[in-house]
Amino acid sequence: MLQSDYTTSQLDVLEAEAIHVMREVAAEFERPCLLFSGGKDSIVMLRIAEKAFWPAPIPFPLMHVDTGHNFSEVIEFRDRRAAELNTRLVVASVQDSIDAGRVVEETGRRASRNRLQTTTLLDAIEEHEFDAVFGGARRDEEKARAKERMFSFRDDFGQWDPKNQRPELWNLYNARIRKGEHIRVFPLSNWTELDIWDYIRREGIEIPSIYYAHTRKVFERDGMLLADADVVNRDEDEPAFETVVRYRTVGDMTCTGAVQSDAATVEEIIAEIAATRITERGATRADDRASEAAMEDRKKEGYF
Amino acid sequence: MDILRFATAGSVDDGKSTLIGRLLFDSKAIFEDQLEAVERTSRDRGTEYTDLSLLTDGLRAEREQGITIDVAYRYFATPKRKFIIADTPGHIQYTRNMVTGASTADLAIVLIDARKGVVEQSRRHAFLTTLLRVPHLVLAVNKMDLVDYSKERFEEIREEFTAFAAKLNVADLTFIPISALHGDNVVSRSENMPWYQGTSLLHHLENLHIASDRNLVDVRFPVQYVIRPQRATDPALHDYRGYAGQVAGGVLKPGDEVMHLPSGLVTRVAAIDTFDGPLEEAFAPMSVTLRLEDDIDISRGDMICRPNNRPQVAQDLQAMVCWMSDGLKLGPRTKLVIKHTTRTARALVRDLHYRLDVNTLHRDESAPSLGLNEIGRVSLRVTQPLFVDDYARNRLTGGFILIDESTNGTVGAGMIVDAR
Repeated sequence: MLQSDYTTSQLDVLEAEAIHVMREVAAEFERPCLLFSGGKDSIVMLRIAEKAFWPAPIPFPLMHVDTGHNFSEVIEFRDRRAAELNTRLVVASVQDSIDAGRVVEETGRRASRNRLQTTTLLDAIEEHEFDAVFGGARRDEEKARAKERMFSFRDDFGQWDPKNQRPELWNLYNARIRKGEHIRVFPLSNWTELDIWDYIRREGIEIPSIYYAHTRKVFERDGMLLADADVVNRDEDEPAFETVVRYRTVGDMTCTGAVQSDAATVEEIIAEIAATRITERGATRADDRASEAAMEDRKKEGYF
Repeated sequence: MDILRFATAGSVDDGKSTLIGRLLFDSKAIFEDQLEAVERTSRDRGTEYTDLSLLTDGLRAEREQGITIDVAYRYFATPKRKFIIADTPGHIQYTRNMVTGASTADLAIVLIDARKGVVEQSRRHAFLTTLLRVPHLVLAVNKMDLVDYSKERFEEIREEFTAFAAKLNVADLTFIPISALHGDNVVSRSENMPWYQGTSLLHHLENLHIASDRNLVDVRFPVQYVIRPQRATDPALHDYRGYAGQVAGGVLKPGDEVMHLPSGLVTRVAAIDTFDGPLEEAFAPMSVTLRLEDDIDISRGDMICRPNNRPQVAQDLQAMVCWMSDGLKLGPRTKLVIKHTTRTARALVRDLHYRLDVNTLHRDESAPSLGLNEIGRVSLRVTQPLFVDDYARNRLTGGFILIDESTNGTVGAGMIVDAR
């Protein structure tokens, strides 16, 4: 891990930075929580949390915003991981928000609960009085996220104001907020998709099976392969077919596309990503394709 | 593979975003879908070439106004290194962003338009880089294609800048003539400038030695968090007491004699713990957990150092402060919150000694206050002792931020001088 000339490898630098950020949050906030979706970034974040406080348990609960349209393999993984760590898991349900009349379900064939998650998330933050919320977002994912801070201030309405962000210098983070406000914390800000996979390989971290190549019934829409499932509205002119795919990102089934791939091991995934010419969100996320500033707009509202 | 963090300074007009776009593009860090989006936008706007600056200017307002508003972080890797770019805007009103980007940078690239030569903004950027103690500075003389790749023009600029840099404390200065638009001397050596004997910019970034830029001499371990596994099922952990933090300087080893501040008590390092097992040594920037041989009352904000090499224990600080608030001004009697390493206290501005003109380096001793993006030397009185070093000796124990208690905004960045 270490070399005699005191250089530190990129993964060790990134891990040390993320651990520092986590400990800073645990020290300065009263009620932090960690957003855990069962996706690879949040899995890495959870491993960092384990490391940051070892041999003590992770000193905050996990939270998942469940659209009800998630992959069953991922939900199973989420529950098992939380149980293994003996950590409290808060599940905030979009279905509950719909039932309570907080949000209205979209209709039509492109109906997705992706955007509705924001309300559910903000309601849960308010209900549980969370003052710091760890997210696994990375700056390399998307151009609006490239401008994001490690400690990102959210006002009473959960909104992000990209033009008025707190400067962040050295390893000093400003954790001061008023009641009702919160900070989104992104310990993996400086990681790239490849760093995440390299780390998963190095640490031997388990990930949900859908990241590996498997046979699945899918259909094509806008050049993306969507799962043929009850919750996805497939039209008759969108024939379903079976093929070998894997997922590069894990989100709501209605807007997360699979990629055709034979990569069945972490090593094969790394080789595939190193050679790929399309970003993970570009390849697999319908939600970012809405417009040039789709992510910025959603983030301003309080999205992850 | 290690990481090099670098900041780029310059305005869109200097071709900064084009240079970054070029580095990303030529190192294949730009993907097809990103490039397609940029090409589409460029076409829509009637730009003749693919405007690579659109890759970095991500916010709606930036695209609309054609300017960079905020620090953007970009990533690329070559087989030799991973790079983190802090892309900072060049406009005068955004000095605070440059200071932010430079605070963690190993290297800064200041861009100069070969046609315009050294202008006020170049001097300001170079000064800020040295103020923030970025160890390596590259003067990239851009748009060489527009001056016929003239050696004479490049030498003229080099001489002019060298004369100015003599007034600054530049540790390592390199000049590289480039054309970001055409790629000359960016990734590979240009055939258009056979007179240039140096390396390409990327080659320089890949091969620069940075490991020794960190302070490996003065042991500094700010205690960040105390780990006490109280509900652990393992009875062996009942008495576990670990001090977690990120090493800010020096090299720590088990068995080392260490001193705790503020108590001044001396003990030894019993073990350096991590999730992955105990370590034989720890140094910056590692995040570790120390166990000590003796029970000492230690909490967040305390410092572990060596008995014969301690930071200054100070309640009165001298510092250069970059002011970042557009509302509040900094002047005598201004009360603020100070965050230094893991310690937070309140601070009172006792005196503003002078305001520094970042263009001329002139010191205005009659200035009543500092406004947004102004830099000056101040004396602070802090409510509890801080464990400080000169910023020049250690960026992590010499830097601090100032927070406005009424808005909770980060309003200043300080660099300690004359600590000893």
